[in-house]
Amino acid sequence: MAEKQMKVRIISPERVFYEGEVSMIELNTTEGAIGVCPGHIPLTAIVEPGILKLHEAGGVKEAALMSGFVEILPTQVRVLAEVVEWPEEIDVKRAEEARIRAERHLADKNWDQARARAQLRRSLIRMQLANRK
Amino acid sequence: MPSMRDIKRRRESVKSTGQITKAMKLVATVKLQKARVHALETQPYFNAMYKTVKSVISHMESTTHPLITGNGSKKKAVLLMTSNRGLAGGYNNNIIKLVDSTLNPEDTIVYAIGRKGRDALFKKGYEIAKDYSDVINQPLYSDAIAIGKELLGAYNAGEIGEVWIAYTFFKNTVSHIPTMEKLLPLSAEDFEADEEEPDLTMNFEPKEERALELIVPKYLNSLIYGGLIQAFASENGARMQAMDNATSNAEEMIEDLSLQYNRARQGAITQELTEIVAGASAVE
Repeated sequence: MAEKQMKVRIISPERVFYEGEVSMIELNTTEGAIGVCPGHIPLTAIVEPGILKLHEAGGVKEAALMSGFVEILPTQVRVLAEVVEWPEEIDVKRAEEARIRAERHLADKNWDQARARAQLRRSLIRMQLANRK
Repeated sequence: MPSMRDIKRRRESVKSTGQITKAMKLVATVKLQKARVHALETQPYFNAMYKTVKSVISHMESTTHPLITGNGSKKKAVLLMTSNRGLAGGYNNNIIKLVDSTLNPEDTIVYAIGRKGRDALFKKGYEIAKDYSDVINQPLYSDAIAIGKELLGAYNAGEIGEVWIAYTFFKNTVSHIPTMEKLLPLSAEDFEADEEEPDLTMNFEPKEERALELIVPKYLNSLIYGGLIQAFASENGARMQAMDNATSNAEEMIEDLSLQYNRARQGAITQELTEIVAGASAVE
């Protein structure tokens, strides 16, 4: 395998979520979806809810990454994630309930629409990831 | 000399107090074990967060943002973490003393987590802005987010010009260090140049200023959460120690009282015997 690898550390408040070598990492930022390969320019970006993809030598690992920020340095990528989950940790029932709640809030004009939309997006990402496995 | 009955009663009372302190010690030990593991697990995030914010700030070209230079307000806010219950030795007192010696009541408002600290500072004349005392029983990250939002909101509105955090750092089981740190403004002097990548030109997406505004809340949240976890571990460590001391004191007292009781009993028996012998010899 000649593909270049880089070090990735994903840390959440509760634990070190992931630590390993990948050839590419994909995630959503406030400026859009990005894919980072080794040799990327130094960059700090803010994470938006989305699916995080880790391209390891043995295959692709996925996780639901909700908020945090990413710091890309020449030698490594650090993701400081406030909320991050592996697919098997997602509670589908809870996500489904959150989706229904968010939709109700969206219909109710008195609610904070931006917050309800963000909530809906998070629940949809969780469900999408959980149902794929 | 106290009578046999008094000594006996006293011994019983010390014994039951000892049982209570022993039970409290066990509870604190169990809680401490959990809290210690938790404190260790969360450590990497805070170290990484601190490092990242440090590197972000040191790589920024302009540092004129109000989050760095301050907003001109003279008011100081302190987030004080103490316990809701006492019987934890000097745990609450030490941190309250530290806060009181660093800040003064005229220009400080208190965001209290923990009833002991709230009451103590209120008595000293501090204004209590908010009370989150329920949080310390079971610190959650979502609590930290809510508190962080509140503090940042007040800072951005210009109500407060400095934000401090006061908690007890859990060094190890026996040593807990009262600590005060300034959270806002993030003065550039506090963050020295990044030693790992000194000449790196960091790009920001979105732009620096906006990125800073998005990162700072997360930085605050994580430090508050870290403080909560440390304070919780320290509280249980302090309580375990205090209760351990109390239990061994009680045991010592029981030993002393038992000795006194036995002596008094022996004395009473001897006296009775003497009386009987004296009575018998009088009859003869």
